[in-house]
Amino acid sequence: MSDLILSTATRFLMPLFLTFAVFLLLRGHNEPGGGFIAGLVAAAGFALYSLAYSPGRMLQLLRVGPRTLIGWGLLLAAVSGLPALAAGTPFLTALWAKLHIPGLVNLKVGTPLIFDVGVFLTVVGVVLTVVVALQEEED
Amino acid sequence: MTALPLAVLSPFALSALAPWAHARLKHHAGWLLAVLPAILTAFFGSLMPLAASGAPASFRTPWVASAGVMFSFHADGLALLFAVLISGIGTFILIYAGGYLKGHPQQGRMFVFLLLFMGSMLGVVLSDNLITLFVFWELTSLTSYLLIGFNHEQERSRRAALQALVVTGTGGLAMLAGFLLLGTAAGSMELSEIVEKGDQIRSAALYLPVLILVLMGAFTKSAQFPFHHWLPNAMEAPTPVSAYLHSATMVKAGVFLLARLTPALGGTPEWEASLTVFGAATMLAGGALALVKTDLKQLLAYSTVASLGFMVMLLGIGSPYAVKGCLVFLTAHALYKGALFMVAGAVDHETGTRDASALSGLRTGMPFTAFAAVLAGLAMAGLGPWLSFIGKELALEAVLGGGNLWLTAVTVLTSASFVTVAGVTGLRIFSGPPSAAPKKAHEAPLSMWIGPVWLAIKGALLGLMAGKAAAFLAPAVSSVLGRPEQMKLALWHGVNAALGLSALSIALGAAAYIGWDRVRSAGRLGDTILKWGPDRLYDLSLDALSALARGQTRVVQSGYLRYYLLAVILTVMTLAGHALYSRGEPPVMVSTVPVTAYGAAVALMIVASAIAAVLLDTRLGAIAALGGAGGGVALVYVMYGAPDLAMTQFLVETLTIILFVLIIFKLPRFARLSRPWSRVRDGLISIAAGGMMAYLALVALHVDLHPPISSYFAENSVPAGFGRNVVNVILVDFRALDTLGEISVLGLAGLGAYALLKLRLSGRKAV
Amino acid sequence: MENLLALVIGVLYAAGIYMMLRRSLVKLIIGLALLSNAANLLIFTSGGLVPARPPLIARGESALAAPFADPLPQALILTAIVISFGVMAFALVLFYRAAEEAGADDLDRLTSTDT
Repeated sequence: MSDLILSTATRFLMPLFLTFAVFLLLRGHNEPGGGFIAGLVAAAGFALYSLAYSPGRMLQLLRVGPRTLIGWGLLLAAVSGLPALAAGTPFLTALWAKLHIPGLVNLKVGTPLIFDVGVFLTVVGVVLTVVVALQEEED
Repeated sequence: MTALPLAVLSPFALSALAPWAHARLKHHAGWLLAVLPAILTAFFGSLMPLAASGAPASFRTPWVASAGVMFSFHADGLALLFAVLISGIGTFILIYAGGYLKGHPQQGRMFVFLLLFMGSMLGVVLSDNLITLFVFWELTSLTSYLLIGFNHEQERSRRAALQALVVTGTGGLAMLAGFLLLGTAAGSMELSEIVEKGDQIRSAALYLPVLILVLMGAFTKSAQFPFHHWLPNAMEAPTPVSAYLHSATMVKAGVFLLARLTPALGGTPEWEASLTVFGAATMLAGGALALVKTDLKQLLAYSTVASLGFMVMLLGIGSPYAVKGCLVFLTAHALYKGALFMVAGAVDHETGTRDASALSGLRTGMPFTAFAAVLAGLAMAGLGPWLSFIGKELALEAVLGGGNLWLTAVTVLTSASFVTVAGVTGLRIFSGPPSAAPKKAHEAPLSMWIGPVWLAIKGALLGLMAGKAAAFLAPAVSSVLGRPEQMKLALWHGVNAALGLSALSIALGAAAYIGWDRVRSAGRLGDTILKWGPDRLYDLSLDALSALARGQTRVVQSGYLRYYLLAVILTVMTLAGHALYSRGEPPVMVSTVPVTAYGAAVALMIVASAIAAVLLDTRLGAIAALGGAGGGVALVYVMYGAPDLAMTQFLVETLTIILFVLIIFKLPRFARLSRPWSRVRDGLISIAAGGMMAYLALVALHVDLHPPISSYFAENSVPAGFGRNVVNVILVDFRALDTLGEISVLGLAGLGAYALLKLRLSGRKAV
Repeated sequence: MENLLALVIGVLYAAGIYMMLRRSLVKLIIGLALLSNAANLLIFTSGGLVPARPPLIARGESALAAPFADPLPQALILTAIVISFGVMAFALVLFYRAAEEAGADDLDRLTSTDT
């Protein structure tokens, strides 16, 4: 399924998809976006690449196996709930730390962000697992 | 007293170490493992003075406090009598199992099961809480299942094990129900309190249901007619198991329960009638069938059935004489029957056969075993000055005192049967000229004769030292009668009616022993009847159950997906329709949000796409229509303030299309498979369901079952969640545990799809 | 607009159920997808419609200013959309494999557990 137009377009679209995904993930706590949506965008980008070139090329680009991503995602989401236990609050209670360097950074970092990254990785992993498996059916 | 629960739980703990001990010491492990029950015997014996003084040791800690379940133990006289028997006989059984199963690859497993059983049985007799008792009771059923089915590669063993489990398990369930009712009637789940409230329970409306249900449990466990059949079948178990569970301890659990509950339930006409009638029927059935068997273990098993009937009958009579007779006989029986079973096992082990008609003259080859057999046989016959003689005298006096001629006759006949069985198992096979057994008889190893010799001597000594026996049994008698009771035991009661009856039964039994061959041939008829007895009924009822299951599966499980779906849809429609109809008021049809041209266009788009998806005849067309409907829904989300949903929906639609593209051409083409009339039927059902859902949507708009909780999220999102996108804060913070569950499902779906594609059954075409 | 959306929900349910009752596997999947759209829309509509007021707190504010679209059903539906996508992918693969094994698209030929 190598189509010249598709593969050329993909080469330009792919970085856009991924940048947009990261953007959606990071701003998701304040504006529309978040782990689910960002995950779907990133997965769509990789799926397009996989269609344009081949599942093998896409997996090379991804570096990590999609099923491994599912595992990491779930692990990260679950682990993000553990600090709360150490703090004596119920599992998954949000904990926040303020990162403040005058003039440079004024950020709040918290366990929900780690949780959202876990969601993101899980979604990417699931979509790509199915897409790659189905594509490999063709061969 | 914390030592009490520790003593009950210690066999469980030791069972975990048993395989390790067996791996190191092989069959000698039996000697080592027997140390624990020996210590336990001494421990329970040391508690006896406390029980005799009226302040028994006890322990109580909450288990499921909300349901009134306590982990509580109460070591009164009755409990300690049983505990001493269980751990004392258990000591010799472990030693005996070491010799009997020497070299057996699964011997370690036998030790594990035996110890588990010992702990369960101790739990049954020492428990104070009804539920705790029930749990241990079921554990004895389970361990008994494992032990009977020890030779699980044999079909007969498996059947016997399952039968024992089904019969005692069914009774156990009935007993649980009875316990719960008993707890309600008494207002307490603690036995030590229940036995104080006998009058309250006996006059309660629940008395009869409680009695029937508890008797179900006791009768099945103690193999009372017509549930007796599982016990002879359980002889498929290795002999240590038969000696321990099916003569000395577990089968007496039913008798124990009846004795335990005598102060609470006993003394009524219903109690007396049911116990004496079932007990006497069991005595007759067991006593008669024992006479026609030649297999040593079967002989002993049927005589055990008769003995259990005897004990139940005595508890039914319930007079002080009867209770004393019951407990003396119970103790004596545990000693001599355990010994005789171990003798039978040793004979089988050394000669290769258990056929009593083919064995004789074993006394020269097996002197120690023969000694134990003769002592125990004399005890069983009630001849020597042993404990069993005292028990029999007491029992006969109790029966005579009851004034029931039938019971007297049954007792004499059963005693005669005991004399004959004792003669066959204790005398016949050891006397006369040596027989041509499959193997030349040698004495069994020490581990296999020390147990029977010890138990037989113990039974004899307790009779000769009657005062000691009386002191040992008096607290138990007091527990059963529910009041302190003086107890004097004596071998000689003078010449009276009981002695005469005793002599009569010995004469009858001796006659049957001399004419044993003729008795057996006359008994063939009994064997034929037996084939159609409860054992057969058990098989028939199991077959009937399977047939019922098959029948209802045929009716309910059509195998056609759409019928299952129809059942679900119509059920939901009926229930939801009923709820909507019974509300009475029609929905408010006022729209708060005006219809815009844009909104109308989107609605039209969704409706048209949905209809197209149904009507289009090509796969690609239907999928495109599906995408249209999904896109339309996404536009609705855009219009009404849900940008996150709209983005998600659009992305999912895109990815769905990608998936369909990947798979569509591998899926079969559309085919018109259903008949026109079923399309019409399904169409009508669908339209009705759709109409109802539309109605539901209108109703739901104006129903507030709970005050909305959204204001909490709206107000706390920024201060507590540090996020301005409330939807995202809910997902990753407020309701993060839900989200964690949802992404787990998602991950499973992905892995499931992967497994379906990649893991093909071998032998199928590999793609 | 609520009345109109109720009608749309009804049509989606009817179409979804009708497709699920077909004997064809592919139609079953399409029915499933229509049904999940219908369910999501039902939850969304019954939460109340508020045009163009997403539950996003303005910069510098500490709470949502009324009127706002209810964020809770949105959170529920968002995960529901993603999960129904996962289930749909699984169903697609399952039916593809079932069709492959049975050699047919006909659900009536998949009535036994032993094939």
